[in-house]
Amino acid sequence: MAHFAMATGFLLILIGAWGALTNRNLLRMIIAFTIADSGVNLVIIAVGYMHGRTAPILDSAVAAADAVQRIIDPVPQALVLTAIVIGVGVTALMLAYVYRLYEKRRSLDIGDFTELKG
Amino acid sequence: MIKRLIALALLAAVGSVFATLLFGYTPDAVLNLTARYYAEHTAADLGAANIVTAIVVTYRGLDTLGEVTVLFLAASIVGLVLAQGTQKKPRTPVPVGELLTTGARFLLPMILLLGVYVFVNGHLTPGGGFQGGAIIASGILLLLLADPLKHFSHGLISAIESVAGVIYVSIGLAGVFLAGGFLDNRILPLGTLGDLASAGAIPLIYSLIGLKVGAEFASILASLSETEEL
Amino acid sequence: MSYLLPALTGLLCFTMLVAAIVAIRDRSMPVAILAAGLVSLVASVLFLILASPDVAMTEAAIGSGLTTFLLFFVLARVRAGEHDGEQS
Repeated sequence: MAHFAMATGFLLILIGAWGALTNRNLLRMIIAFTIADSGVNLVIIAVGYMHGRTAPILDSAVAAADAVQRIIDPVPQALVLTAIVIGVGVTALMLAYVYRLYEKRRSLDIGDFTELKG
Repeated sequence: MIKRLIALALLAAVGSVFATLLFGYTPDAVLNLTARYYAEHTAADLGAANIVTAIVVTYRGLDTLGEVTVLFLAASIVGLVLAQGTQKKPRTPVPVGELLTTGARFLLPMILLLGVYVFVNGHLTPGGGFQGGAIIASGILLLLLADPLKHFSHGLISAIESVAGVIYVSIGLAGVFLAGGFLDNRILPLGTLGDLASAGAIPLIYSLIGLKVGAEFASILASLSETEEL
Repeated sequence: MSYLLPALTGLLCFTMLVAAIVAIRDRSMPVAILAAGLVSLVASVLFLILASPDVAMTEAAIGSGLTTFLLFFVLARVRAGEHDGEQS
């Protein structure tokens, strides 16, 4: 199961990168980035998964004493929690810049923004 | 066309690296050293039932402070970029359905309550400040959808945000003097594992994070909705 | 019972890949945004299966909910981007 999820995560990263490299529409590139973002998160979570174990929450089902044998690695989950929140911040920033660029040029085509071309 | 081929070659190279990683991966049978430490010591040291919360709020508390700071910066830059040079023109009201306005009035208190429940129980059940904050922000979003002309008081949002931030940092500093270090949660009694009032300062800190994150997301949404149609 | 979970995982993974391809290839921008939201939503179910309820909640609330709405807000302001035509 972890292998399935990891392969899907890697494929999502590749699909997202392909979309960001080949699309010319700025909004479409942002969508591609969010997909690659989901893929990275999926890979990290799949690395932390261990077969036959449960979530790292101690309650009546998992006593504190035998937690070491029962729970999965909590560190990747804390990492991904951070990554998702930062990801939406980055997406909001990109969208704000896209709005501003559109206001200036009335275009979303990346080919119309040529100031940085040598 | 040539660009497409270069992109394809690049992706094939990255994909082959990914394939090596994937086929060389064997899942661990036992927890690694860090995870083992957290699994063994969280309950006794911090009294938090949710180990992910314990890591996010206490063991890696400084990183979380940095994270909410990054989010704050993102929200401020979005506000700055979008507010630049817009003249306040009276916007034409968009007709909103009766269902949406009534539904928003009915659902908003429940959504806010759910958000508060999620971040107050962050140390016991899945969820916490970030999830609860996002739920509160989605309540604000519903309000924005029901009444697009409503002008949100950015002053109130930033007041909530900064007060929560200041208290968060002062609790962290209190940890330096009263307990083991910055953001140590043992400035309050740990209580029994699984109680609402347990885990020291974790519920308090996570509630503050929830308010802060909710205010930050709400400010991003409000700045985006106040932009004009181009 | 023991085959149920792997089968569900496979189905979810397949859905995610199809939705991701729709998101970067479909001509209509609203469909692409919804497909990207679907990728996040299915990812959150997958996180739940992989025993990470905290991450599943975050992804459902933030990745799938807020991001989709942010994209729609900007799309509504930027009408010309609705159809981006054939990719070059």
